[in-house]
Amino acid sequence: MFVRLSATVAALSLVASAALAQGAKPTDPQIAHIAYTAGVIDIAAAKQAETKASSKDVKAFAADMVRDHEAVNKQALDLVKKLKVTPEDNDTSKTLSKQAADKLAELGKLSGAAYDKAYVANEVAYHKAVNGALETLLIPSASNAELKSLLQTGLKIFQGHQQHAEHVAADLK
Amino acid sequence: MRTGRYVAAVTALVFGAMAVPAQAATIEIVMENLVVSPAEASARVGDTVEWINRDVFAHTATARNGDFDVTMPPKKTVTSVLKKAGTIEYYCRFHPNMKAVLNVAP
Ligand SMILES: [Cu+2]
Repeated sequence: MFVRLSATVAALSLVASAALAQGAKPTDPQIAHIAYTAGVIDIAAAKQAETKASSKDVKAFAADMVRDHEAVNKQALDLVKKLKVTPEDNDTSKTLSKQAADKLAELGKLSGAAYDKAYVANEVAYHKAVNGALETLLIPSASNAELKSLLQTGLKIFQGHQQHAEHVAADLK
Repeated sequence: MRTGRYVAAVTALVFGAMAVPAQAATIEIVMENLVVSPAEASARVGDTVEWINRDVFAHTATARNGDFDVTMPPKKTVTSVLKKAGTIEYYCRFHPNMKAVLNVAP
């Protein structure tokens, strides 16, 4: 089960290391698209959790994810508008979205405590992977200072969520 | 009767002064870009803390020992009065990587 739940995670780290190996840096419009997509993915997972989760803590965690990631993505949209940058779809975003859709379908088949555990475990792994991609690829590659600073705030948010998810996971046992 | 009133007034003054600590202060603690500043603050029992949230995210100031748990909506300031002395470590429940310390003197 662990192998399957980390499909998206593996995709993210592969993307980061492949890009680094080739020295291929994503452009700002691509970075904006990837970061936005990463948020959209977590919001979709959280909305599923809000309807499927049985634990009160897991439901509350999901509501936190929706609220925070919507706030970050709103800031991202405001910024690209201000900078007159059009986010550009790319292979990383496409891979992430595809993997996330599969994951959502997989989680959709679970229920009760098994669902809660799988959702929270995936949240820990997913936030960890996004943190890795932000740190090693997206932040160093961003050329616009405001975009870089928004990504840095995003990194702190994702790190916070990772720890929050770890606490929720520990309490589920 | 005059004396009686005088005594009452003095009593009120004295007790009033005693009830309100001479140096009740207001201290500001800011949460911005997921950082709490100052990371370590000092205050006294009876002081008011102004919790200023400059982020678009909600945060909390949650004492590890349970002394307080304040929630700050996005871009809002919330005040609370310190009731207990101690070295209080607190964090944000939503973003546990946000941590700070409040030293409350008696
Ligand atoms: Cu917070």
